Parts: sequence; C-alpha cells; structure tokens
Amino acid sequence: MSPLSILLDGLPVPFEDHQTIMDAALAAGIYIPHLCHHPEFEPQGSCKLCTVKANGRYVSACTMPARDGMEVENNSPDLNDKRRTLLQMLFVEGNHFCPSCEQSGNCMLQALAYELEMLSPHFDQFYPNRPLDASHAEVLLDFNRCILCELCVRASRDVDGKSVFALSGRGIGKHLIVNAESGRLADSNFALSDKAAQVCPVGVIIEKRRGFAVPIGERRYDVEPISVQAERLRPRRAGEEC
Amino acid sequence: MPSDQFELETAPADVGTLRRVAIDPVSRVEGHGKVTLLLDDDDRVQQVRLHIVEFRGFEKFIQGRPYWEVPVMVQRLCGICPVSHHLAAAKALDHVLGVERLTPTAEKVRRLMHYGQILQSHALHFFHLSSPDLLFGFASEAGRRNIVGVAAAYPEVARQGVLLRKFGQEVIRLTAGKRVHGTGAVPGGVNRSLRREDRDGLLAEIAAIIGWSQQAVQLVKRLHAADPVLYDGFGTFRSNILSLVGTDGALDFYDGHLRARDADGQILVDGFPIENYQQLIREEVKAWSYMKFPFLAALGPQHGWYKVGPLARVQNCDRIPTPLAEGERREFIDHGQGKLIHAPLAYHWARMIEMLHAAETIEELLHDDDLSGSALTSSGARQRRGVGVIEAPRGTLIHDYQVDDDDLVSSCNLIVSTTHNNQPMNEAIRRVAQRYLNGRQLTEGLLNHIEVAIRAFDPCLSCATHALGKMPLQVELRDAAGILVGRLAAAS
Repeated sequence: MSPLSILLDGLPVPFEDHQTIMDAALAAGIYIPHLCHHPEFEPQGSCKLCTVKANGRYVSACTMPARDGMEVENNSPDLNDKRRTLLQMLFVEGNHFCPSCEQSGNCMLQALAYELEMLSPHFDQFYPNRPLDASHAEVLLDFNRCILCELCVRASRDVDGKSVFALSGRGIGKHLIVNAESGRLADSNFALSDKAAQVCPVGVIIEKRRGFAVPIGERRYDVEPISVQAERLRPRRAGEEC
Repeated sequence: MPSDQFELETAPADVGTLRRVAIDPVSRVEGHGKVTLLLDDDDRVQQVRLHIVEFRGFEKFIQGRPYWEVPVMVQRLCGICPVSHHLAAAKALDHVLGVERLTPTAEKVRRLMHYGQILQSHALHFFHLSSPDLLFGFASEAGRRNIVGVAAAYPEVARQGVLLRKFGQEVIRLTAGKRVHGTGAVPGGVNRSLRREDRDGLLAEIAAIIGWSQQAVQLVKRLHAADPVLYDGFGTFRSNILSLVGTDGALDFYDGHLRARDADGQILVDGFPIENYQQLIREEVKAWSYMKFPFLAALGPQHGWYKVGPLARVQNCDRIPTPLAEGERREFIDHGQGKLIHAPLAYHWARMIEMLHAAETIEELLHDDDLSGSALTSSGARQRRGVGVIEAPRGTLIHDYQVDDDDLVSSCNLIVSTTHNNQPMNEAIRRVAQRYLNGRQLTEGLLNHIEVAIRAFDPCLSCATHALGKMPLQVELRDAAGILVGRLAAAS
C-alpha cells in the first residue's frame, strides 16, 4: 500500500494517521507561518497565521487533519497577503516597539513580519495602556506585547501543572491575566524554570536583567530567517534525538 | 532693557509695529528649529530668538520600563550621536548595579565605540553640514551650498569627509552591532568584544584616517588665517565654559569629572563629582522655546550660562593625551594669545582637533589586546540611583535614573549637550543679527549668516527637546516696558 500524502504547493508530502497539515509540513521541513502553534502542545488554531487553502477551502493548517490526496496551497501571494494583514492587526492591537524591545531578533512576530515583507502597520495603532508586572524577582511580564497565543496558558496548565496564566474578557477586551488573588506574578507559584517561561513567541515573559545580552548578529533570527528554521520546529518521534 | 533680560531676547514694548521674519526650518542641523526676527520700520533688529519646535517626551515614557532596556531605548533620541545616549545611560546604570569598575575589555570596547562616534559625528558636521558655508562663503549661491557642491568643487575634501565618517560608523558597527542604534553596551559592561579580524581591518585603514584628520585641521587653520577678522569676530560673545575632563585634567570624552571656567579662563569649579551635578547646574524655562536654559547655580541665570562642546573642551583640559592633537591644541591656545577663544567659528577648528584626537585614540586602542577579551560584564551591590556623564560630540551629556527594587525606572533626568548651548546659540545669532542684518534689506544670503552661527555649535535639536511632564512652571507679570513687576512660581 502506498504511503499517505498530501500535495503541498504541488509537492507530495507524506503524513501519518492523525497528523495535521502543519505536522506533515514541519516533518518534511516545509515552513507554514504560525504563531500560536507549538509542536509540544495541542493545537488551538487561534492566530490564523497558518491559514492555508485545502481543496479550495481556507483552513488552519495546525488543526486541519491531513487527508490522503488533499491539495494544499500554502506559499501563495493570496495567502501571504492575508497573513500580512493578520500580522498588521496584531502589531497595532498591542504596543510592539521593536527598536527598543529586548526580544528583537528573537521574536517570532517580528521575524514573520520580515518574512512576509510587512512594510508598515497599515492600520491605526490602538496604543493600549497595559502596565507591566515586575513583581516577580526573576521574571518580568510585559503585557504590551501579548498576542493572545495562549502558549504560556497551555504550558503552565499542561506541562507545569500550575495554570498560572489565563485569558480573561471577550473580544477586543480579551487579555492575559495571572491566576492569583492580587493578579501579580509574585503572588503565584510561577518559577523561571517553568515550561511557561520558555514558550512565549514574543516578549511578554522576560527573564529579568538579561536583556540585550546576545549581540546583534547572533540572535536567533539574525542567523537565519524564520522560514528556514522549520526543521528545528518539527515534532520529534519517540526515541529520536534532538 | 530690563536688567534681568538678555539684549534682543524680547523687543521693547514701545517700538511700534514690528515685522516678523522667520527662518523655518533652520537647515543643515540635526532636528527642527526656527529663528524669528522682529524688525522695525527701518529694518532695525528688535528681537531675535532661536526656537526649538520639537517635543519628544523621553524622560516621561522611560518611566516604568525595565532598566536594562534604557540604553537601547534612549539612544533613539538621536540618529547622529545615539552612541552618546547609549553609553551615558549604560554608565548611569553601571552605578545602579553597583559596578565601580568595568572589566578592561568592557571599558575599552565602550571607549572605542565612543571615539568612533566622535570621529564620525565631527566629520559629518564639518564636511557635510558646515564646509559648504566655509568654502564657498556665507552668502554664496544657495543651490551650491551643500555636500554635493563641495564634491564638485573640492572632490578630495568631500571624499575624505565621506570616508572619515564611514570609518567612524564602521567602528560603531563592530562594537555595537549596527552603525546606528546598536546594542553593544549593557548595564555593567558590554555584550561583545572586538573580533581580531575586525580589529585588523580597522588597523589597515587607521593611518589614512589620521592623515585625513590632520589635513582637516590644516584646512580649518587655513580658513582662519585667510580671514582672521571674520573667523575671530563672527557672532563672538564671552561666556563661561563647562566640560568633563579626565581625573588627570586631560581631555577625556568618556569619563572624568566636571570643570568650569569663567570667560577669562579662570577655573570656577574643578573635580566636581558627576553625581552631584544638580548642585552645579540649574535649568530655566522660557515660554517661547521647548529647550531649557541651563546655568551654573552659583552664578544665576543672568551670568551663569556657559558654552559646551569642542570649543569648551579643548580649552578646558590641561592637555590632550595624544601627540598630534596635543600639538594642534597648543597652536590653538596660542591663537588666543593668553585669553580664552570665544569665537563661534573657532568651534570648527577645535572640532577638527578633537577628530584628530579621536583617530589617534582609536589607533592606540586597536593595539590593545584587552579589546578582544572575554570578561564582558561586572556586578556589585545594587543601588537605587545612577548618574552617567559623557562628552558627546556636541558637549556634556548627563543621564540620571532612579530604579526601584522591582527593576523598573521610576524617574529620569536628561541634560543634553545642545541644551547647554541654548543661551550661547541665542547670543551668537543676536550678535550676528546686529552686525550683519541691522537696517538692511534681508536676503537669503544674509539670513544664512544666522544659520552659520547656529551651525558652528553643531546643535542637535532633536536631542535637546526630550522632556515631558512636570515643567518648573513660572508665571511672570511685566508692565508695558517689559519691567518685571511680579512672579509666581509653582512649587514642585
């Protein structure tokens, strides 16, 4: 019996049962832009950056199960236009000041903006007022940069078993909160060693007093653009060395 | 004239209808500013003001940000001398971290970055911004008065200017990661050392850079010698001077203590510790400009204002610690015949001596193996406040931060080089207006004389208008003749 495969931008890409389009693409080293997806966590399909056309329909690659013979359009001008617009909306909703952000060069949002050639925010800036939480001795929370990907929520709940983070509010009022009576990180049981401290794709969860330690030229996306780092993101099989 | 006013700052109330002439914007300077002239019916100048029309707000929006972000954020004040702000902030935050002494590698990498910046900024100012006036004449054809015109008429001068600046920018790139707005300095040290292959690349060019810097000094000297009356007298006024000098009294752009001299060259203050600068300097606010007016507190606003920058530094230090520049400094001092040189156009001469010193210092540093060391940062006992002072290309730059226990900045005070020169620039343009414009039909060439005087100070108007928030507001009531009859000051 021939192996299962999808046709991704015209290339046959094999997949295994229960894999999504994203899983199949990453396993093959093919990059589909994404922000809220992380191979170690259950997909949730909220950022929509990974939107592809599967058999003519717009779907989230991270949640759509692959089907044998499925024709998937990924790297096309139409889809990249839409992704660029999504990025622009994410930029104006928060306060993303790359010039002075310590995550610059290591930030997936910024790397994607370069990758998709976003030249301006296009929309009016919201300039939300989001105070920092610097209460924790080792970690700073800068909510200005939150894109509501919920990776920290999932990591804290599913890996750390702490549920330190959650989203509160609805629609435009939705925001990241800390599950503590006071709402302060210092009053939670969060620790720098938590998985949740390692997964933020932007610059919300920041290790204190470490900013700008890595020189320009040696930061993650200085070395290679995000699109050629797909191989590092692919899910590992049991027993496979990283 | 009221006794507490500067001549020509405010027109007398009894001179009838006045005509307003504006130079807006002032060109070939960094940032946006304008000059307004009020003329009476006989074209006599009654009022001259340099207004700074930008408004920034850095002191306010740095509050509440983590301290390690500050050196990268505040350097956005400026695109010409960001390294100055980057290093002044890092120096202030060294104190917050309790670092009393940087590692040799950190200090030397920072020095190299800073002297690279002095070189590039001085080259930019002299060749790109001011040389067109000096080489072609203040009232020469306006369309030719730019670096392209210089390149056409004096191609070798323009070429050397461009390459000098390029070299300085390259030094910055190799120490900070980018030519503009890098990240090399971090609180407590640096994040990189100089790679040996990069050092060798710079060493291969340094002899030419020093040679061209010497030629630049000779060029300015020839200009002075060709028309000493103009160069010594144009917009000249007497004032105090202020700068950082090294602990041994030598010229030092990176570190030291504050020294001030009066207009005769007598030392007013020496060895003044930088962290106490608020006891030395006060700032006055005037309603017509966003730029404050600093003065030496002991002398008051009327007599305490001072010049900063190359003209102040070269005459304030005891010596320059590199041989070629020291030889030029001695010749410069001799030109004053025992007196301080106050001529604004002498800024260019002093600036080129400093550029030569920067080139010589870069060469010395490049031969030092510490530049490629691996010990990059230090730490110490945490403090709540830190003050960092540096000599930026345009003059003394002061950064002062308070950081709370949660690592966020709670207050910030910046006194920027150009701000110190606010009153001097106003004085210079009033002298020029009186001498060249009074009673004459104004032309573009005549108005450019005003701009030439401003350019001599190499002002950065963007940097100088960084403040927001609590201004020391003061309301003054004057009668029709301008006499002060009452004053109301808000307690702050």
